[in-house]
Amino acid sequence: MQGAGSAVCLGRDIDTDLIIAGRYLRTKDRSVWAEHAFEDLDPTLAARLRGSVIVAGRNMGCGSSREQAVVALREAGVVGVVAESFARIFFRNAVNVGLPVIEASVSCTDGAHVAFDLDAGWVEVDGERYPARPLSSKMVAILRAGGLVPYWRSDR
Amino acid sequence: MSTLSEQILGAQAGAYVDREVDIAFAHDGTGVLAREALREMGVERLPYPERLRLIFDHIVPANTGTTATLQAELREYAGASGIEFFDAGGGICHQVMSEGVVRPGMIVVGADSHTCTLGAFGAFATGVGATDMAAIWASGGTWFRVPETIAINLSGRLSGAAEPKDVALAYVANLGMEGATYRALEFVGDGAATISMDGRLTLCNMAVETGAKAGMFYADALTIRYLTEYGLAAAPQAPEDCCYERTADIDLDDIVPLIAVPHRVDTVREAEEVAGTHLDQVFVGTCTNGRYEDLARFARIVRGEKVTVRTLVIPASRSVLARAIATGVLADIVAAGCMVAPPGCGPCLGAHAGVLGEGEVCLSTANRNFKNRMGVGGEIYLSSVATAAASAIAGEIAVPEVA
Repeated sequence: MQGAGSAVCLGRDIDTDLIIAGRYLRTKDRSVWAEHAFEDLDPTLAARLRGSVIVAGRNMGCGSSREQAVVALREAGVVGVVAESFARIFFRNAVNVGLPVIEASVSCTDGAHVAFDLDAGWVEVDGERYPARPLSSKMVAILRAGGLVPYWRSDR
Repeated sequence: MSTLSEQILGAQAGAYVDREVDIAFAHDGTGVLAREALREMGVERLPYPERLRLIFDHIVPANTGTTATLQAELREYAGASGIEFFDAGGGICHQVMSEGVVRPGMIVVGADSHTCTLGAFGAFATGVGATDMAAIWASGGTWFRVPETIAINLSGRLSGAAEPKDVALAYVANLGMEGATYRALEFVGDGAATISMDGRLTLCNMAVETGAKAGMFYADALTIRYLTEYGLAAAPQAPEDCCYERTADIDLDDIVPLIAVPHRVDTVREAEEVAGTHLDQVFVGTCTNGRYEDLARFARIVRGEKVTVRTLVIPASRSVLARAIATGVLADIVAAGCMVAPPGCGPCLGAHAGVLGEGEVCLSTANRNFKNRMGVGGEIYLSSVATAAASAIAGEIAVPEVA
């Protein structure tokens, strides 16, 4: 499973409140979450997410279990999230909604070309290749299906 | 030679396992998305409704028409699917599950990050997202990676004005916000037995603030006595001579009142260092510190005094509220000039009922002080109940006097 996009570099310990604030949770309209993604971190960021690969530091997605955080990124057009480490619920949620997550330590410049291959286990930033931590076979299967809902439907 | 997680999940750390769960719960926030996922999955019948719980706690009572409509749909679904339902006012999901539902050795999943609270009973309890919860409701089980374990070795005994929340802040500061990512914490050592059940729930509650999957105490005589009050039988668990990834030592005798300052939970100072900080609001409650013991401690300090800053007290559950009424604790809190709101999460997640304005400062007994969490431009300091009480009276951050 491969993907590529333009880097959006973030720091460490990005919490899910910052990804989508509590005040926007009470709706089923996914476009609302995409529109307000990262609003409290940088109000201009949501508009730059389409076709991007987010590159974060340690502990990406810490805090609340809110799945709206990963849905917001997917709906905003984020191709994948690379981070040095992930908070575990965010990581599981991302896989479950079909958003590729790649645990790797890379150096990042905004706008750099980021490519990843989940099966081969690598990330490239402007042509420089870094190893990625492999996902379990179950997680790869869920991602490949496009998330837990389609995986469930195809598994029955 | 296994850790408690390994004993309960039945495999060694690092293994991926598929396991049936004993209890799986969601709340009004995550329940809406779980319901949507079940619809998309085409699941019409839930095979194990007796394992499932739905608890309304995040925005109760509903703050807008939209919230009310979402809750009404979910309420109807609970009725139709046979899930045991706790409507608005019953309390915070983790507290409700701690009142005679969760027992030692259980595997518990909740669609809320603070599900780790319930490890206080010697259960493996962890948070998942809404789609995970939907698949669990549909199948009765899920996959886990058996975590490595970090031991928090407690020695000595709390003294002075220090309380379990200060221990929680101490270990979060010690490990850092990602120090235990993918790991479980086990609270062990001679000091563990001296921590009350309410205190254990507080300690396990904050495990996720270090990135941990679970925070656990071994069930002991105290656990069994507590569960007996709910008519539940349980056997004690014994730590085996096992391999922890590492051990962090905390001497309870050394613990003093602590405060996490904005905007990181692991940036912790002695209360004395930030004494005098201006406050606009004090908030006592949440799944961290809204239990009876917390309210009683707060009442003891404010009894006969008046708070000088707006102070909001929210019991964690209806039974906590009822007990606080019966014992006069609530009367003391009201007489001191505090507001009391219905059981639930209150303003902790910034959605309603006491959110902060631009530039406002809140001292809260909750577990998260992320930037803007309780309102854009608001600042959150986290403390114990005793520190919150002393500060409410002083109108600024104050160090509680020795009880």
